[in-house]
Amino acid sequence: MPSATLLGQSIVSGLLAGGLYGLLALGLSLSWGLLRLVNLTHFALALLSAYLTYQLGHVLHIPPWLAVAAIVPAFFVIGAALHAVFAYFRVAEFASLLVTFGLAVILESLIQWFWTADYRRYETAYATASIRIGPLFVPTLELLACLTATGLAVATWAWLRFSYVGKALRASAEDPAMAAAFGVNHRGQAYLLSGVSAAYAGIAGVFIALISTLAPSQIWAWLGVVFAVVIIGGLANPIGALLAGFLIGVSESVTMALVTPAWAPLVSFSVLILILILRPGRG
Amino acid sequence: MLMRLRSFGCRGALIGLVLLTSAGVALAAPSGQPIRIGGTLALTGPLAPTALLHKIAGEIYVEELNRGNGLLGRPVEWVLLDDQSKPDVTRSLYEKLITVDKVDLIIGPYATSGILAAMGVAQRYNKVYVHHSFGMPHLAKYEMHFPTAAFGFEPQKTIPSTVFDALAATSKPPKSVAIVTSKFPSAQYQSSGAKEIAEKRGLKVALYLEYEFGTRDWGALAARVKDANADLLWVGALGLDGNQLLEAMKKLDYTPPRHFHLFPAPGPLALAPDGKNALSVTVFEEHLPFTNNPGAAKLIPLFRERAIKANVPYHYVETQVAGSLAAWQVLDAAVTATKSLDDKAMAAWLRKNRVDTIIGKLRFDGPNNYGDDLFKVKQVQDGKWVVVWPRELAAPGARLLPP
Repeated sequence: MPSATLLGQSIVSGLLAGGLYGLLALGLSLSWGLLRLVNLTHFALALLSAYLTYQLGHVLHIPPWLAVAAIVPAFFVIGAALHAVFAYFRVAEFASLLVTFGLAVILESLIQWFWTADYRRYETAYATASIRIGPLFVPTLELLACLTATGLAVATWAWLRFSYVGKALRASAEDPAMAAAFGVNHRGQAYLLSGVSAAYAGIAGVFIALISTLAPSQIWAWLGVVFAVVIIGGLANPIGALLAGFLIGVSESVTMALVTPAWAPLVSFSVLILILILRPGRG
Repeated sequence: MLMRLRSFGCRGALIGLVLLTSAGVALAAPSGQPIRIGGTLALTGPLAPTALLHKIAGEIYVEELNRGNGLLGRPVEWVLLDDQSKPDVTRSLYEKLITVDKVDLIIGPYATSGILAAMGVAQRYNKVYVHHSFGMPHLAKYEMHFPTAAFGFEPQKTIPSTVFDALAATSKPPKSVAIVTSKFPSAQYQSSGAKEIAEKRGLKVALYLEYEFGTRDWGALAARVKDANADLLWVGALGLDGNQLLEAMKKLDYTPPRHFHLFPAPGPLALAPDGKNALSVTVFEEHLPFTNNPGAAKLIPLFRERAIKANVPYHYVETQVAGSLAAWQVLDAAVTATKSLDDKAMAAWLRKNRVDTIIGKLRFDGPNNYGDDLFKVKQVQDGKWVVVWPRELAAPGARLLPP
């Protein structure tokens, strides 16, 4: 029987891991839900951002908060440029999966070419800092990532719900022809949303650089679990993505503590299947 | 060159080559149709960081061969393909190398699962199959495979025994052990052996956990290791697993008194602050007495130069690199000694003869062609791996540091 401390620590770990899942899922959920683009490049962009953060910090000694200031606008432009390519070639939803997979592979190769396949670690003085709450330890960087994910999810939800652009984006996703008839400039807003999604990938990447050890193949490490998070959370639902991230993170972590770590990868998909079966209004 | 090699008996060809070049003997440049040696490495995927070391080792060796007289006087070409760390891809690529590219010889990939996948192909086409990183000797049934991962036939017994022997000889031997292992076949196999050996020796196994290869969340694992609070943490680690687990434990304000890592990526663990005093096993480290052979003296600076150029953070020749170089030496020795590319002749020669390599004299006449267990215990000291056990092979002035 696990101790209460072990169980509590596992829940904390799960919540924090879930925050990162939610952060990664946020941009993917938006582009899939509102632009009908299943953008696998999102994972490659996140890792590219992580490597850039590493490069800026480790080689040029630029602190991560300054790196964010450079990466976010740069990634916004990259996201918008990518959308220009998708729009030019009229990439449809299913085709986007294949096209963005190809782009992700190309980015992985470029990352490997530049940084090699060897592991890279951005060592910082605060990498292993934790806050102690009774017998539990809350790692500071993971907490910061989790709080950032929460802040972005809430802000994005409010943006989509209350701003004109957000409403227009949702309307276009629902019925593009009708939205256009009401004067919605879907094309322009799609560029904006693509840029925002890529910028979110950039922010996630900064935290990945600070928390994880980097390897080019890591692009694929989150693919399955983040897809599960996006689907459980609901497409274009930022709060849903965050909560789904927490759910998956805690489920995995508690499974590791109570049963065995080997079962953890099964959890995200088991939860996904269960929710799809039991979700109200199914069918 | 061949006469000189014969006079040395079964010396590895590279050592001969080095001696000849250092003695100023002029060698004819290789000429004619190149001898093509096919192989794959995990140039991408989770095994890529360690496979990169094998790639550099192979490139150096082939270049050195071609700088000398090649093989049989012919230049050597290494046809290297990327198996993406996937055994199924590895199998298909070896099939392609043999049937489409029609390579003359093959050399094994990295690591156990890929080697096993390609072994079936080698067997089907009766190719001599020298490989450098196979950790499950009982599964290697092919009679023409030749391993340079010198584990001996029962690494699940000998490796843990060596480690526990080393620790038992310290002033504070561990009384309990927490074993956390990847489910990667060789790591799981040897770590489950460690559990048995520990129990037989009367050590309390406070925790035994297996995790999926490629696990992302180390927080919960770290919490369980902390909860078990054993004297020794055995990590059946591949690549960066050990680093990630140590880091996750540090966030819980916990550092295990002693920690052992089975197959770590050598650089990141040695260079990380958490890697201080980490233990592992090795067949070669860059210090005396291991460096006291001509092959090592020649290859170490070459590797360092190439590794620095490739941005490899830890540019010392250690067990992975040395195992890889040894594989090339074995293949080289077999071709040179038999003066042919005939697989059966080479296999027969290898079974009968010992080969001098950078990691020592290898023999292939034991069960499943395995010879002696050459593994020693090493420890990270001042950011560098040094052998600490057995004492007679320890780095000058080094000893196993207590917790």
